[in-house]
This record gives sequence, structure tokens and C-alpha cells, in this order.
Amino acid sequence: MDAVRRYFRSPAAVAGLVLLIIVIGMAVSAGWLYPRDPLALAGRPLIWPFSNPRFLLGTDNSGRDIAAQIFYGARISLLIGGVATVIAILIGVLVGAFSGYYGGWVDTVLMRITEAFQTLPNFVLLLVLVAVFGSTLTTVTIAVGVVSWPAPARLTRAEFMSLRNREFVQAGRTLGMKDIQLMLGEILPNALPPVIVYASVVMAVAILLESALAFLRLSDPNVASWGNLIGLGRDVLRVQWYVSAIPGIAILVTVLAVSLVGQGLNDALNPRLKGR
Amino acid sequence: MRILGLAGRRLAASIPTLILILIGMFLLLQFAPGDTVDAMMAQMGGGDAATAKDLRKFYGLDVSIPAQLGNYLWRLVRLDLGFSSIYGKPVASVIIERLPPTILLMTASLSFAFFFGLLFGVIAARGVNRWPDTLISTLGLVFYATPSFWFGLMAIVVFSVYLQWLPPGGFEDIGTVQTGIWRVLGIASHLVLPTLTLGLIFLAIYLRIMRASMLEVLNLDYVRTARAKGLDETRVVTRHVLRNALLPMVTLIGLQAGTMLGGSVVVESVFSLPGLGRLAYESVVQRDLNTLLGIVFVSALLVITVNFVVDLIYARLDPRITAGG
Amino acid sequence: MSATEPILSLDRLSVRLPRGADRTHALSEVSLQIAANEILCVVGESGSGKSVMANAVMRLLPNEVTIDGGRVMFESRDLCAASAAEMRKVRGARIAMIFQEPMTALNPLRTIGDQIAEMFSTHTELSKAEIGARMLALLADVRIPDPKVAAKAYPHELSGGQRQRAMIAMALALDPKLLIADEPTTALDVTTQAQILKLIRDLQQRRRTAVMFITHDFGVVAEIADRVVVMQHGVIVEHGTAAAVLNHPQHAYTRQLIAAVPPLKAPPPRPLSAENILTMSGVSKTYRTGGFLGRGARVTPAVRNVSLNLPRGATLGIVGESGSGKSTLARCIVRLIDPDAGSILLDGQDWAKLSREQVRRETRHIQMVFQDPFASLNPRRKAAELVAQGPIVHGTPRAKAIADARELFALVGLDPSAGDRFPHEFSGGQRQRIGLARALALKPDVLVADEPVSALDVSVQAQVLKLLAELRARLGLSIIFITHDLRVAAQICDLVAVMKDGEVVEHGLAGQVFGDPQHPYTRALLDSIPGGAFAREHAIEAV
Repeated sequence: MDAVRRYFRSPAAVAGLVLLIIVIGMAVSAGWLYPRDPLALAGRPLIWPFSNPRFLLGTDNSGRDIAAQIFYGARISLLIGGVATVIAILIGVLVGAFSGYYGGWVDTVLMRITEAFQTLPNFVLLLVLVAVFGSTLTTVTIAVGVVSWPAPARLTRAEFMSLRNREFVQAGRTLGMKDIQLMLGEILPNALPPVIVYASVVMAVAILLESALAFLRLSDPNVASWGNLIGLGRDVLRVQWYVSAIPGIAILVTVLAVSLVGQGLNDALNPRLKGR
Repeated sequence: MRILGLAGRRLAASIPTLILILIGMFLLLQFAPGDTVDAMMAQMGGGDAATAKDLRKFYGLDVSIPAQLGNYLWRLVRLDLGFSSIYGKPVASVIIERLPPTILLMTASLSFAFFFGLLFGVIAARGVNRWPDTLISTLGLVFYATPSFWFGLMAIVVFSVYLQWLPPGGFEDIGTVQTGIWRVLGIASHLVLPTLTLGLIFLAIYLRIMRASMLEVLNLDYVRTARAKGLDETRVVTRHVLRNALLPMVTLIGLQAGTMLGGSVVVESVFSLPGLGRLAYESVVQRDLNTLLGIVFVSALLVITVNFVVDLIYARLDPRITAGG
Repeated sequence: MSATEPILSLDRLSVRLPRGADRTHALSEVSLQIAANEILCVVGESGSGKSVMANAVMRLLPNEVTIDGGRVMFESRDLCAASAAEMRKVRGARIAMIFQEPMTALNPLRTIGDQIAEMFSTHTELSKAEIGARMLALLADVRIPDPKVAAKAYPHELSGGQRQRAMIAMALALDPKLLIADEPTTALDVTTQAQILKLIRDLQQRRRTAVMFITHDFGVVAEIADRVVVMQHGVIVEHGTAAAVLNHPQHAYTRQLIAAVPPLKAPPPRPLSAENILTMSGVSKTYRTGGFLGRGARVTPAVRNVSLNLPRGATLGIVGESGSGKSTLARCIVRLIDPDAGSILLDGQDWAKLSREQVRRETRHIQMVFQDPFASLNPRRKAAELVAQGPIVHGTPRAKAIADARELFALVGLDPSAGDRFPHEFSGGQRQRIGLARALALKPDVLVADEPVSALDVSVQAQVLKLLAELRARLGLSIIFITHDLRVAAQICDLVAVMKDGEVVEHGLAGQVFGDPQHPYTRALLDSIPGGAFAREHAIEAV
């Protein structure tokens, strides 16, 4: 519980948590505040923000409520970011654990594959995946997860490699533990904290990847996504720049919140490294 | 010489990686709905089944998938990337036309991010937990969280639309033919905003890693030795900390070369730069799979090249590397 | 050793620790003097504040640790009041320092010569050529073989001893008035330690430098000190000439520390069983690293053709310096490493040829105690759980295993209620007891102890060794005891084998090997023990 106390002692970490709670609040309350379809026509197109009390943040080029799209967009960003992160961490931990624990040819093969993924620009791979499997919400989420696993895999591998030769793991082996017991019971609990902290980085990148994809109109066009809205606003950028500006701020705040929480967790879990 | 040998061995080790990527990509694209011929037929406005069959035969698409893969790899060995039906010329020449803007953009962004990341990282670490550090670290976090395409759009609004200082997009002014120094300046002015846009997130990453690595090195024993020798802080930093702290950052550049190339897809689209990234986007939209596969191959080559250079630099910086063999 | 005008004098120096530390002050009102041409040894266990004192003199304390009282008088001024710029002129030029770990104390990315030359370029206006010449002369002075090559070498290319010589050369570059040596030989092998101690002694006498020598080892004190200061919890508890403190210690703590130094004399031999419980013959292990298609591969024979016997109920000591292969041998015996060749017969079964799965099932017969009490316990498990793990793996119900574990706690001298605590809540000695209990939980026939006391302070070391001897008698354990410290081996082992470069060069009864060494390497090892004469005398007193 020391960690919790240390977390709340950092103003930046608390600010991140508050921002994240606000974004989650938006996602949760979207259906209640804006019961209508956010992508349905709501009023006159291109109403400037704060000029019409019915559309607090104005309307986009096809007359859809920007505020409603921001609230529903929070759902999509958090959903895609969260699920993709879980996918990436699961694959990464699995690959990294086997690679780091067994070493030898297992490591060589798994690391070659990881390298292949890292050599390929992740966004290009994302484009190919979307081109091949289409751009529904599900495929985009899985694709973002699939391009994000190499970094957590490398991190897990490094942790497993350094832990597997630690004396307490050797002690476990001399006690007669099986490999799987050593991996799950002895190494994993000690290897996990840095990986969990790194999950915040994966999630931040995942949110940015999805929004970039949506901006290029390659993500699911049937859901309200911040990236979609920015892409749409590009057509009216010269005058009605707010259509692009507002969802961009939403992305920035969300990613910032996730990063701050991650950094706060890092400082709380590794007090020795505080401030780095 | 030993450094070259080492980097050469690393280069050789990346050949299996490259082959793995190509096979993976080739097989992946077999899942794509419709092949090149379908795309061509669509382009031509439809055609009968007999034409399609002839075309498939012409492009070698009528044999089994392993055979197609074998043919493809064999053609790659001879640097033949196939034919782009959309652009109506060989993929290799399409890519070569599009390569210079991307390489310029990447070099510029990398230099920008590296230089300022280093500078700000050092300043932040020197004044750790004081106001310069707080300011720099906060800005770093904000830059990191900024979606690059959005930053690009906002920069266009501010610098091109309102201030009209810089062009909103493109690689050169079309219409006026410029030569020599004017052409260079013209291209440079077109690249300022894209460079900032692409480099911003990497600037944030580099400054964070540089700051952390400086703080770590500052705590090491040999820095205490340097202080015990009577060196002043400036000399301690320049002679004993900087080079050592640079190592993690150099590693990171290699690891992130791919990410940067990926980022150029978005940035080139925002600024309508006729580069490799934009080509990738266009090929996806137009289902030009041959070109897409060629881009994957070339970008993998680019990333491998960057890593080769990074290996050379790293080995130059760290004498321990060559000893290990 | 007539004390003239002191070079350095500490006057009621206090150093404050940050809040949250285990005490408020690292040093409380410490006063001492060092005269020219004398070696003052500051002795104490970990946490006594001896290293803090060294760094306080140099004003190189970590940020949160501050001097909050007293004076450091050096060359008739108070260093506590000196400005940062003045301090820089003192550091290196007037007071120089050498550290415990020469590998980390030297910058890995710059050559040795470059780092020594930096001393001159920082403090003098000498020309480049002059600096180069002086640097080579220094390297020759500290007797580094081939100074020209060493100057161009990077730290990782030199051996530990050579690195420490380079550090000394660097420290003495500008003929400082005072040299502070912070445990400069602790990280070195015993033969290297002897050479470095001799070098420091020689150079000090030639240059008439004052030396503040910080150590935890009374053997080193006996070897090198003119005067001694004993520290405990940040306070000086005793000071005097070396002879007085060593032979007639006044303070109880000093007496305890000296008594804990293991005497270099084997206790009278115990009767040994004729039956061997463990028989090793021709055990070999070779490491192959790197290399691509056989090119550039490096082959390191770690253990070469070792044949040894362990009689039932006896303790076999395996002694050697780092790199001698003793730890590899220990790991081969418990099959953490698979030996390449040879046999290890345990109760008639060839342990070396069992499959991994068989080893896993049979592992309760042979258990291991590890060196590092901090690294050898999983930080996320409670103590009782750690001890119960082995029996649980082999099928004992969890509740019974935990109950048994608490009994074992009493056996190894721990409070049974401590089972609910996590490892970080225990001291080093206590953790080592937990490690011992963990190994004993499986009721092994053979216990392999890999440097079990090397990471502990001397007083704790003695307690753990005593416990081991008691357990051996009570449980009829047969023990293989790996150590680099001959004094420790002499205390507990019935039989001793000396290893060098993977081979056993000499083995026999402990009394024989230590009393009448046959192999030149064994003799060299014995001669290198710091304060050898003192240790022998001390042994006679102890008997």
C-alpha cells in the first residue's frame, strides 16, 4: 500500500488520473447525455462552437453535433486502446517469457520474428492489415494490437533473461520445480511491474495509431471516432479549423492522461528510480 | 576494421529477417480480397473472364501459391519488384521516384529530434526537479501526446493560412521552374512544417530517454571518480557523462527507425508530399498490392540500413562492443 | 611512528542522513587526526559510517546527505567552509581517492592513459608530451606490465588487479598529501589483494603520503595499519596504534570483531566415515561462447577432470579464487549446470547421467545454499512460504508444509512467528538462515553451500558458520562448502580441495593442506592472507 501512497503524493500522477477519469466519464455518459446517434444529422452544418447553446462545440461540415461525437469518440478510443493493449501485452509477455526463459534456438526463432515485426514500419503493417482484412471496429482493434506487441515482448524477454539466472530462481530449480512453476510462480510476478507500466505507453501509441488510421479514413467509418472527425475537418480547415482542432485536443488529453498515469505508476512501483 | 566486421555480421543476420518479412507479407496478401488482375479489370471498367484468365497467366498468377512465392523471391533477387498496373510502370521505378522526399524528410526529422532531444535532455537532467526540468519534461509529455497529423493541420492553419510564412504542402512550387540554390531553398521551405510535425514525437521520446540516461550515468561510480579528480561540473558532463549517456539514445534510434518511416505515411498525406509514405497510402486505397509489397520491401531495406549505420556509430562510441565479438 | 603535525584532522564532524533513514546521523561528532607518512585504518562493519566519512572529507556526499556540524581541517583550513571552486583544487591534487570496485570506478568508454592524463590536464599546465611521459612513468611505478599497452587499453581489457593499479596511479599522479582508500582490495582475489596492499605500502613509504584506509577486514588492518580507528553506528568506539588495538582491544565491539575473524588454523580433525556419500570422478564442463560457424568461438574450460570424494557426515571445502571453477563445479553437482563428462555418484546413483525430469524428482537428496542473501529469496513470497515451497512441490499438503516450516525456523535460530514476513524485512544473516531452512526442509543428505557467508559482515559470518556446524552434528549432514576465504574454510571443513583454472591442484585433510601445503599455488594463497601472522597468533590465543 506504500505504492498507492507514493502514487498520490505526485501531483502529475494525480492530474493524469483525474483527466483519465474525466475521459472515462465521457465515454460512460455519452449514451445518457446524447441519446441520439452521434453520426446523424443534427442541425445546420458548420456552426461555430459556443454560438448555439444546442451545439456547445458546434457542428461539422455535414451538420453533426461535434460534442456528441467527442463523447462517443471517447468510447471508441478507450475501447480500441484498451483492447489492443491487452492483445499486445498478452502476445508480448508470452513471446518474451518463452524467449527469455529458454534462450537458445527458441529465443533465436522468436527474436527473428520480433525483429521482422520491428523492421517493418508499424504503420505500414497496419495499412496492409487493414487493406487485407477490411476496416471494421474488430479488425482495426486486433490489427493495432498485432502491430504493438514487439516492444513489450523485448521488455519481458529482458526481464526474464535477467531473472532466470537469479539465485532465487536457481533455488526454485534445486527444490525441484517444473519450468512452468518457475516461470509463472517465481519469475512472472517479479517481471510484471515494468511490463504493466509499459502498457501505458502501448495504450498511448495504440490510441494515436487508431486516430491516424481514422484520419486517413481507413478505420471503421460507421462509428464516431476522433480521428474520423479530424479527417473530415480537413476539408474545411482554412476557415472552420475548429472541426479538426477540437477532436485533436481530445486525443491529446487522453494520451497525456494515460502517459501521466503510467509515469505515476512507474515512480510508485520503483521508488528508487523516482524522477527518471 | 573490427567495427565494420561486427556491423557486417549484424547486417548478414538481418537477411533472414528480411526473407521472413517478405514471405509473411506475400502470404498475408493472399488473403486480400481480389488480386492485381481484379484491380486492373476494375480500372479498365470491367472485362470478361477470358481476358482475366489471360492476364493472370501473363502475370504468373495462375500457378500455385508456393510457386508464385518462389517466383516472387527469385524476381526480388534480381531487384525486379514487378509491375504496377495502377501507375502503368515497373514498381521499382515508381518507388525510386518517390524515395527522395521521404529520405529527406526522415533525415531532417531525425536530425531535428536528435539534436534538440539531446540538448533539452541534458538541460533537464542538469536542473533535475527545478523549473527548467519541470518545463521541459511537461512539454515533452505534451509533445508525446500530440497526434502528428493534428499538429500538422494546426501548423498549416497558423503558418500557412494566417501568417502565410510557409507553403501548406507539396514538395516544390509547381508552375515556376527553379534551379540551383533557389530550388534547394524552395524544397527546404516545403519541408519545414513536415519535419517539425514528424520530429515532434521523437523529440519528446529522445529528450525523455536522454534525461533518464543522464541521471543514471550521473549516479555511477566513475562520475564520482571524475569529481574526486577535481573536474568541474561542465567537464564532468562533457567528458564522462555525455558519451556514456548517449548509448541508450543511439540504440533507440535504430529501434524506432521503422516507427519513423510509418509516421511519414501520415505526415506525407497531411502535407501532400509525393513520398514513399503517401505512395503506401495510395496503394492501399487503390488496392495496388504489387506496389504495396514493393514498398514493404524497400522500407524494410531502409530500416535495415539505418540500423547498420546505428550499429557502426554504437560500436564507435562503445569500445566494449568489439571486444565481445 | 612519531605523530608530527597532522595532515588532516576531523573535529567533531557530524553528517546528517535524509529523513526516513534508519538513523538521523551517519556520523556523530567524529574526531580524528592523520599525520604525514602514516596509514590510518578506519575499521567497521557495513553501516558504520566509514565510507560516509571518506566522502565527507572530499565533500562528495550524495545530495540529501549533509554535513551539519564540525570541521575538516586540511592544510590549515576548514574544507567544510571551502567554496566549490576551492574544493575542486583540493580534490585530486591535494587529496586523492581510490575506490572499492575499479571496474565501475573507471569510465568504460575512455582509455586508461586518457583518464590518468586528465589529472594533469585538470590541475597543471603541462604540455601534452610531458603529460604522456609522466603518465607512462606512473603506470611503470605501480608495476603494470607493459605501460605503453596498458595506457591504450580500455578498462574492460585489463584484469581487476591491473585496473586497481591504474586507479592508484591516477590517484598518486599529482603527489597528493592525503590518499583516501575506500575498501580498495575488497573486490579483489586474495593473491591480488596481497600485491595491491604491498604496492600501497611501498608507494606510501616512498612518497611519505598520509593514507586513510577504510576496511572491514582486521586481517588487512594487521597487514597495513600504523594506527586504527574502530567505528560503529557512526561513532568512533576505539582508536590507538595498530599493535595496541589488535592485541589489547579495549572496547567490547572491537573485541567482538577481532574474535569473529576466523583463525587460520583447522580445528582438531574429526573422525571421518569410511563410506563416501558422494563420489565425483572426471567431472568436466566447458563453455563455448559466441562464434559463427565455428569462427571466433571461445572455448573456456571451466571445470577440468575433477575427482573428489565426500565421506558421509563430513564437510568438503572447495577453495579457489574467482574464475577457478568452484561455483561451476557446485552447480554441476546439483545439476543446475549439466556437466560434459564424468560421473557424480550419490548413494550409488550417477547424478550426472540422470535426465532433467529425474533430477527434478530426486532433487531432495541434494540441496543448495546460495551466496547472496538478497538475491536468493523471491522478494514476493513470505518467509514461511519460501521454506515450505520445496515440500509442497514434492507433494506435502500445504498446511503441513507451512507448519513444518515454522519448526525449521526454530531450528535455524529464527523466531517461528517471523514466517509471515517478507524477505526485505530481515537482515542479511537472517535471510541466510531462511535460505538454510529452505534447503533443509527437503531433508537432504548432501548440502552444497556456495559461498554462504561471503556477503555477510564478519560477526554475522561467525554466527552462521556456528549454526552450520551445529546442524551438521545434529542432522548428520554431509556438506560441500565452496568459498574463496581460506580462513572460513579452515574453520568448518574436514577436507579441503584447492582449485585453480578449473583443476583441483591439491586436496586432503584440512589440517594437512593448511599446515603443510604441497602445491606452490596453495602456498601462495596461504601467504596472501592479509595479516597472516596475526591470524596464526590469534589462532593460538583462541585455542
